[in-house]
Amino acid sequence: MKTKKILIVDDEPNIVMTLEYAFKKKDFEVYIARDGGEAMHILETSIPDVVLLDIMMPNVDGYQTLEHIKKNEALKNTKVVFLTAKNKISDIEKGLKLGADKYLTKPFSIKKIVSEILGLLN
Amino acid sequence: MSNYLLVIIIFCYLAVLFYIAFIAEKNAKSKWVNNPYIYTLSLAVYCSAWTYYGSIGTAANSGVEFLPIYLGPAIAVPIWIILLRKIIRISKQHKISSIADFISLRYGNNRFLGALITVLCITATVPYISLQLKAVADTFSIMTNEPHPIGLGMFDDSTFYIALILAIFATFFGTQATDASEKHKGIVTTVAFESLLKLTFFLIIGIYVTYYLFDGTEDIYNKISSEPNFDSLIKLPTLESGFNWFFMLMLSFTAIFLLPRQFQISVLENSREKHLKKAIWMFPLYLLLFNVFVIFIAWAGKLTFGENANAEYYTLLLPLNSGHTFLALLVFLGGFSAVISMVVVSTLALSKMISNNLIIPYGFLDKFIKAKPEENALYIKNIRRISIFTIIILAYFFYTNFSIELSLYSIGLISFVIVAQLAPSFFIGLYWNRGSSLGSILGILLGFAISTYTLILPFTIEAFTGGSEFTDLGLFGIAALKPYALFGIDFLSPPAHAFFWSLSANIVCYLTISVAFKGHYRERNYAEMFVDSKNYSSLQDNALVWKGEAYVADIKNVLTKFLGEARTQRALQLFFKKYHIPSDTQMADARLINFSEKLLTGSIGGASAKILIAGVVKEQEISLTEVLKILEESKETISSNKALQEKSIELTDLTGKLKEANEELIVKDKQKDEFLDTVAHELKTPITGIRAASELLMDENDDMPPEIRQTFLKNIVSDSDRLSRLINNILDFEKLSTGRQQLNLKKHNIQKTLKKAIGNIQHIAAKKEIKIVNLNSFNFELPYDEDRILQVLTNLLSNSLKFCESEKGVITLDYKLGNNCIEVYVKDNGKGIPDEDINYIFDKFYQSKNQNTIKPQGSGLGLAISKQIIEKHNGRIWLEKGVKVGSTFGFKLPFN
Repeated sequence: MKTKKILIVDDEPNIVMTLEYAFKKKDFEVYIARDGGEAMHILETSIPDVVLLDIMMPNVDGYQTLEHIKKNEALKNTKVVFLTAKNKISDIEKGLKLGADKYLTKPFSIKKIVSEILGLLN
Repeated sequence: MSNYLLVIIIFCYLAVLFYIAFIAEKNAKSKWVNNPYIYTLSLAVYCSAWTYYGSIGTAANSGVEFLPIYLGPAIAVPIWIILLRKIIRISKQHKISSIADFISLRYGNNRFLGALITVLCITATVPYISLQLKAVADTFSIMTNEPHPIGLGMFDDSTFYIALILAIFATFFGTQATDASEKHKGIVTTVAFESLLKLTFFLIIGIYVTYYLFDGTEDIYNKISSEPNFDSLIKLPTLESGFNWFFMLMLSFTAIFLLPRQFQISVLENSREKHLKKAIWMFPLYLLLFNVFVIFIAWAGKLTFGENANAEYYTLLLPLNSGHTFLALLVFLGGFSAVISMVVVSTLALSKMISNNLIIPYGFLDKFIKAKPEENALYIKNIRRISIFTIIILAYFFYTNFSIELSLYSIGLISFVIVAQLAPSFFIGLYWNRGSSLGSILGILLGFAISTYTLILPFTIEAFTGGSEFTDLGLFGIAALKPYALFGIDFLSPPAHAFFWSLSANIVCYLTISVAFKGHYRERNYAEMFVDSKNYSSLQDNALVWKGEAYVADIKNVLTKFLGEARTQRALQLFFKKYHIPSDTQMADARLINFSEKLLTGSIGGASAKILIAGVVKEQEISLTEVLKILEESKETISSNKALQEKSIELTDLTGKLKEANEELIVKDKQKDEFLDTVAHELKTPITGIRAASELLMDENDDMPPEIRQTFLKNIVSDSDRLSRLINNILDFEKLSTGRQQLNLKKHNIQKTLKKAIGNIQHIAAKKEIKIVNLNSFNFELPYDEDRILQVLTNLLSNSLKFCESEKGVITLDYKLGNNCIEVYVKDNGKGIPDEDINYIFDKFYQSKNQNTIKPQGSGLGLAISKQIIEKHNGRIWLEKGVKVGSTFGFKLPFN
């Protein structure tokens, strides 16, 4: 089986560290970006299976990053999952409307995140 | 000078006048036409041919007697400001178009009174106009050196044609609008022009006679003083002549207000009240200039011609005698100007009175009601046109048949005495609300009868029969009835005598009848409006008390007949809008009745307007007391309305303020929501970190390498720290912003506080190898809360640390004394803050875009809290703009 690739986009290093550890354990190839701009840069050369995307980040936020991904033909098979502290109904609706495949909220259970992502990829 | 040449010159001059009138009419709004100078000059229509030629005759024969005619107006002029202003206001408000309208409206729109005044004015004016024609004819024959043209027959007489041209001029520029209260700019401007000409030419001839023909005033005086009878020419010999003087002054005083042409020019043609202010000194000046040379010309004439020439025409005869025809021509044109102005303005004023107060109310109304609007406008204009021609032709016949024997001066005075009969009703009526129409009518009739008996009758009889029996013996030979010496008063000149008796009787009659009989309520209503015009003008259309039934449709019908469909529609729309009445209202109220009467007054006169409106409405009788009560009430309503309006404005203000407060609350509410959102987000972040790391550490099946385990544990600790710092900051911020946090103000040394702040942060700086420099070393004490200021300083310093690069970073602290305050600066050489962020940097949870990509540790509340702390000290905190390297924060603390 091919190695799954995940791009984690979040500006909180402590949170990124835990996710990186958990997905590496599940044999994912993990890319890390600290904001939308870095994420776009990485997406120019790599095509991950899934992008785990925070919304509130400096410079380029999660919404803008998602829009960028949706416009890019090469990334049409890449799933996008929001992982954010914004948990109002209106926020969730907005995220899904923009084309996110899933919308997960912080604080989260690592196990649940991993199983959701695996479920999405199968 | 040749007959034809003079006629050509006259026609050229008339063409110029037509042109001026035409241009002025075309530019009716221009300031060249509407200014106090034009107004003042046009007032000089007062100086007719009577002044121009006649006063020299009087001066030559009777000495200073010519003066009162000019002194009277000069004395009256200062009173204008009070009296004329009131008259002008009332006239404008009621769309009054003549003095007959004015007086009859004051006495309850009395139709008979209006007609009576009109007849009186015609009687006074027609001879006066014929006098002007006589002056033209006389001077024409002097100029052409031909015998008197009368007797050649009307159509061979140049005077007749000149009269016709004057009629055409008056008709053309005087009857352009149906509404007679409209202004006549063309006529007024030509009158002003003519006034300027006649004064200039008169001064020229004065200077010519005094300094060219003679050797100055002294020369003339020396020569004349050796003549016999000289004393009588310069003195008032007796007390009696003093009385004469007094009555003549009074006479001309009333004339300047009451002569139809003066009323037309001074009241109806006044476009701005403020023009009066200039006129009150310029008009007397004009009269003074006009009289400077009168006495010298008169004496010079006397010296030159002896008793062999008509003294009235010395101004023409003197230059002609010396062969200066051109000068004589100028004088002739000056006199001609005086004639034209007087004739045109008088006929204009009279024609309006004849149509609006005589013909229309007595006979044409039925015809008008049946006719179409366009026809009516034409009818009204035609009535006025025919009136103008009739008056002038009448004057011409008067001239050919009567005036050969009469002097200019005597006809002028008769005219004045007749017009003076209006004085009691006019002046007293303006200030006494009980003056009644009956009193006015009887007073005028009595006064007119007496002046006829004492002046007109003897004068005419003497002029035509040549006998003086009537004068010498009295009626039926009764001495007490001698016309020039009624009841033995024989020391007055005939005009002064007539003036004294007629006016005395007139006043007494007016007063007693007014007091003895109770007037009609409508009369009293108008009397109140006139007497108390200032108060009533604020009532506007409410000032008319009227009760009864009337339909808007009927009134509209009547209005349409005279104003036409479009104008009526527009006027009514304005009316409904002004009083907030729905435009489909069926029943008319008193205001609409009053408004409609006013609208019609301009076209057909007050009396007819009242009759027409009364014809379509059903009026109820009201008692006089009720009228007075209603008027009082409506005055009160006006004042309470004013109070209500003020209250309403206050309420609107309050509502506005409430709205603002509400909007502010909404904004605050929204801000609070956003704040809570952000706080929740900020709290969730460290909690997420702690939860995720703990979950991984908890997994017993996991063979986590020890160094990673260590990192996770460290992260948990730092996230917990962050959490507690955040909570503390939020609490701080909340306390400061709600004002629950009190400052602990004590005197501290700023130098020591700075050192403490550096001490707090030194270990972090040392780790990053960033230098902190304190530039200042002097001590200064001022009161502040040290813990709080330390919080601010620590916050600013740690911000700088965050933005500075390791090893290269330098942070500088400095402070200086300002105006009653101390200013502290924290400066660094870090990445700096972009200008676009400067305005937001002190907002809560605002984080600069330019910070290091590794998220800086902070709550996003540091600067917001600092700002609140400094402001609580009554100070200010700011970020310096335009700094090239790094960023510089400053704050100042006052020490008072």
